[in-house]
Amino acid sequence: MEQTLLKRTPLFERHQAAGAKLVPFAGWEMPVQYEGIRPEHTAVRTDAGVFDVSHMGEIETRGEQALEFLQRILSNDVAKIPVGGAQYALLTAPDGGVIDDLFTYRLEPDRYLTVTNASNHEKDLAWFLEQARAFDGVVVRDAAADYAMLAVQGPRAREAVQAFADQPLPDRMTIASRVLAGREALVAGTGYTGEDGVELLVAPDDAPAIWDELLKRSVTPVGLGARDTLRTEVCFHLYGNDLMEDRDPIAAGLGWAVKEDTGFIGSDVIAQIRADGPAEKLVPFKLTDKGIARQGNAILIEGEEVGVVTSGTLSPSLDVGIGLGYVRPEFATPGTALEIDVRGKVRPAVVATKPLYPDEETDG
Amino acid sequence: MADASYPEDLLYHPEHDWAKIDGDVATFGVTWFAQDALGEVVYFDPPEVGTTVTKDEPYAEVESVKAVSDVFAPLSGEIIEVNTALGDSPETINSDPYGEGWMVKVKLSDVSETDQLLDQATYLESLS
Repeated sequence: MEQTLLKRTPLFERHQAAGAKLVPFAGWEMPVQYEGIRPEHTAVRTDAGVFDVSHMGEIETRGEQALEFLQRILSNDVAKIPVGGAQYALLTAPDGGVIDDLFTYRLEPDRYLTVTNASNHEKDLAWFLEQARAFDGVVVRDAAADYAMLAVQGPRAREAVQAFADQPLPDRMTIASRVLAGREALVAGTGYTGEDGVELLVAPDDAPAIWDELLKRSVTPVGLGARDTLRTEVCFHLYGNDLMEDRDPIAAGLGWAVKEDTGFIGSDVIAQIRADGPAEKLVPFKLTDKGIARQGNAILIEGEEVGVVTSGTLSPSLDVGIGLGYVRPEFATPGTALEIDVRGKVRPAVVATKPLYPDEETDG
Repeated sequence: MADASYPEDLLYHPEHDWAKIDGDVATFGVTWFAQDALGEVVYFDPPEVGTTVTKDEPYAEVESVKAVSDVFAPLSGEIIEVNTALGDSPETINSDPYGEGWMVKVKLSDVSETDQLLDQATYLESLS
């Protein structure tokens, strides 16, 4: 087996101390779980959990043409981000394929911070740098080494962080500098779980002290395992599963984050896809009986293959198999009965509505 | 979850399965190491009674929230009983891997295959 040197976050020793099971993930040695995926999942849904997401990368863009440049490479309307605001967008290729999905924060009028997926950071950075050459007034800088990142999520998350913050925490979809336990931090009202909460960007050396403050307040350490079940329940896309370079944002159901009139790279192709309708659509589904669908399983209707599962797991909240998959558009209507070929066993499933959790039928 | 343990009266397969021999019938399950590596088991897909199992080949599947894993037969034979209780409470595989978490009982086709399994000490060595 190929030996690669795995990177460790500044919280590596904290993970070991908390009993984490550490696994290789996107070149990093990351905690997949501590106590167990189910209790960690439940902690985020009902209380508060902290995730080390320091493996995610950051790219800083500044200069008088920063807005113009980002408008060119990001799918959303970057001009709509106020200072201190946040926005979700896709990084798209000329053919409309998705290079990455990412959040961009406007820290100052001419200074933005974009958070990348760990596995895409180098690719994204190269793309930013290449495209920035056409703009004189832009400086693009790899800021990944500047920050450790902690996501604190759950109904009690804000209260737990507020207890050691100097000022009120920023609202949802905004970002602000705060002092947390005597340390400078960027606090963003964003997350990947469907719960309220904040994401904290801090200097790597400060991360362990912030982690300790959270655990002191009984915030539960949560690994990547529960991060995946939480995001799947609320139908948030995972790059590499549900998003990729050979699928487009319209098929992925991300048309809301794509503003073709801004003229970003690939916008002409995507405008055409939107006009014609995509060749397939990403749908959430639930299994109606036993079994758990997994990535790569075929989706069938009356034995005919009509799509593929791109994310599949057990929902700890609903206790059924759930997931996301691409199907032909005529089968994307909620309520459509599907079958999923789970390693040779055909399991019944149904196209559901977003989000899968909370489930209106049972939690309404 | 139970503490790590590897009973002395069992035979072990390197794929982290155990067999308890009673004449020409053996009970199969997975070891503490296997259930710990899996994490909480949420689904056990049992084979049918009457199915033939072959040493070193998968005969069932266990799923944790994050992944599915094959369960390997430590010995060959025919399944004569399946622990159907695991269908409703698969987490028993975590809490009691050598007791209530047993998976199948098998009428062995070749009892001499047991010679190829590991005793507790040898299996423990393989884990370290």
